[in-house]
Amino acid sequence: MRKERFTISIFTEDIVGILNRVTIMFTRRKINVESIAASESEIKGIHRYTIVITETEDLVKKLVLQIDKQVEVVKAVYHIDSEIVYQEIALYKVATSILASGGKAERIVRAHNARVLSVEIEFTVLEKTGHKDETQQLFEELEPYGILEFVRSGRVAITKPMRTLDSIVKGLEDLVEK
Amino acid sequence: METKEIKNKVRKEQQLMTGAQAVVHSLIAEGVDLMFGYPGGAIMPVYDALYDVQDSLTHVLTRHEQGATHAAQGYARATGKVGVCIATSGPGATNLITGIADAQIDSTPMVCITGQVASHLLGTDAFQETDVIGISMPVTKWNFQVTRAEEIPMAIAKAFYIARTGKPGPVLVDITKDAQFGEVAFNYVPFKGMRSYVPTPALEMDSLTKAAALINTAKKPFILFGQGVVLSGAEEEFKTFIEKTGIPSAWTILGLSALNSDHYLNVGMLGMHGNYAPNKMTNECDVLIAIGMRFDDRVTGDLSRYATQAKVVHLEIDPAEIDKNVKTDVAVLGDAKETLEELTKIVDQREHAEWLAEFRALEQEEIDTVINEELSPKSDVMTMGEVIHQINEVSDQKNIFVTDVGQHQMIACRYAKFKQSRSMITSGGLGTMGFCLPAAIGAKMGMPNSQVIGIIGDGGFQMTIQELGTIFQCKTAVKIVVLNNEFLGMVRQWQELFFDKRYASTEMVNPDFQTIVKGYGIATKKVIERADLESSVKEMLAHDGSYFLEVMVGKENNVFPMVPTGASVSEIRLK
Repeated sequence: MRKERFTISIFTEDIVGILNRVTIMFTRRKINVESIAASESEIKGIHRYTIVITETEDLVKKLVLQIDKQVEVVKAVYHIDSEIVYQEIALYKVATSILASGGKAERIVRAHNARVLSVEIEFTVLEKTGHKDETQQLFEELEPYGILEFVRSGRVAITKPMRTLDSIVKGLEDLVEK
Repeated sequence: METKEIKNKVRKEQQLMTGAQAVVHSLIAEGVDLMFGYPGGAIMPVYDALYDVQDSLTHVLTRHEQGATHAAQGYARATGKVGVCIATSGPGATNLITGIADAQIDSTPMVCITGQVASHLLGTDAFQETDVIGISMPVTKWNFQVTRAEEIPMAIAKAFYIARTGKPGPVLVDITKDAQFGEVAFNYVPFKGMRSYVPTPALEMDSLTKAAALINTAKKPFILFGQGVVLSGAEEEFKTFIEKTGIPSAWTILGLSALNSDHYLNVGMLGMHGNYAPNKMTNECDVLIAIGMRFDDRVTGDLSRYATQAKVVHLEIDPAEIDKNVKTDVAVLGDAKETLEELTKIVDQREHAEWLAEFRALEQEEIDTVINEELSPKSDVMTMGEVIHQINEVSDQKNIFVTDVGQHQMIACRYAKFKQSRSMITSGGLGTMGFCLPAAIGAKMGMPNSQVIGIIGDGGFQMTIQELGTIFQCKTAVKIVVLNNEFLGMVRQWQELFFDKRYASTEMVNPDFQTIVKGYGIATKKVIERADLESSVKEMLAHDGSYFLEVMVGKENNVFPMVPTGASVSEIRLK
């Protein structure tokens, strides 16, 4: 079976240690996590992790079920790229001098619609939001001019299917004995 | 009144107590009357609280924390109740890990309580500090660190709920020393459930109907059953189901004893050292019905050649087990008891006499080539099988067997006869040597009126031999049979078969076990001649207290049949 890129969304109770419990499931199968992002969800008290890996669907299915069965995991699901809307953010620190004289570097920044976040005498911080190939493209084009520092966030993703987390959680809450 | 008395009165009215007292009162509220453990610095307040409740809650002092976990497992497996063990921080906590891992993979309900350094010292490498939450996370169903006294009743209630519901498993509650000393107004509310944990999936009629359709039209149906039947208390429902459908049924070693050994549809043991017929027939059947089992690799052999001709029906409580190893055609999620009850209603009354006869024909082959020689050997050298056979012969077959891991375990599973469920307690998934002696102690304490017989090899015996001290102190009337071949037999067998007889570090130069056991005041006997076997087994079973029986068996005997690693189940070798 062919390996593909999958985005796993994991919704958990907001407690200490649950991230560790989730990542153990990857570690024990020796799966490298390509990116991870953590935040609150739209429901108070429920956190979500967005984890990107490249694996076969067969394995991802088993992995997600094993994550889903962890006691404090509310729900775990996986998607391929076409089923989600996703985005990443990248920050680039470059020497201000490369942008100063209206040369090529400036044209590159314009062409990529990168934002200027901060300008200091010595350096400028640029921001580019997009898919990884877009932020990577900018990286590669700026690289000859010198990148002083670079960081890219983990993928964040919203699923296209319409079943809301709220309805899933309500369904689960109804199962709990009153 | 004196100030102190007034204070005490107020405390009583408000049910004010220390965290440590809340621990023991929570355990009592959960119905715990027996626990296993070992004290130490960070858990001392709880031990102090235990001192006051000795009438209602007995604490068994094992000789090592690992022993406490296995004893709790043995207790849980024999009784169906949650096993409880307790240890201090640091090494006390790390010593629990093997037993916890064993309970996790064998789905044994267990609550472990560990002491922890005071909360202000967490993360500072304090004396006897270890991150037991981190260490135990991969091998627990759930764990939780308590740092405030008021969290204790809820944490323990939740622990018991999670340990025993759904697919059971071990949980760990780590309690800092300051939380044990802190004060709490005690109010124990049993835990009812949480949104992020669905213990038992709802039974779906649709999949049940599909399963029934496959079963009703099958010409060569075959059932594999595991511990799920035992854990859900579905033994009766299972028996009714197989009797109505007339389907030959084989067991995993954790499902063993859920169905009487002499039942006409019981066709024996699955897996690497299982019986000939069920392994062969796995690749002959047209519908394979797995009930409460998880297709462990020791059961399936090479998956790519496992039952590929069959439609697979899987009755299972844990969604993560579906399609994990074997692709199913119909998965029925739910508790085995309820599922079997409903399924029985919609399956046809059938017989599969010819199909069953095929099993019996293969069984006869195994009897002729393997079993007769194992149970009644022509050679003077004693076999492990004849010892088990002798116990069957002279007992009422209502014994609870507990085994360690290795050749003797396979032999005990193959040949012990059962008339009652929950009568085979063995470390199946993890394969933990050293499991037997403490697990047998726990089983005996949980079932004091049952004959509990531990079957151990000379290797595993020495891994937790210190628990003889627990037997001595508690006067536990457990029977211990060491089948001594002066080898780590199973590893030696593999070395013989697959490593050109290069016996690297498998020969055991043993001490005189008789002298050791005598030191613990346990009645003991060593059998070196077959002529003494029957009378010695009888003497052991009739003995009131604990008894140690050592039998010298063939040094280089092998366990057969065998499915070699990487082979298909149908390639099972009789020799």
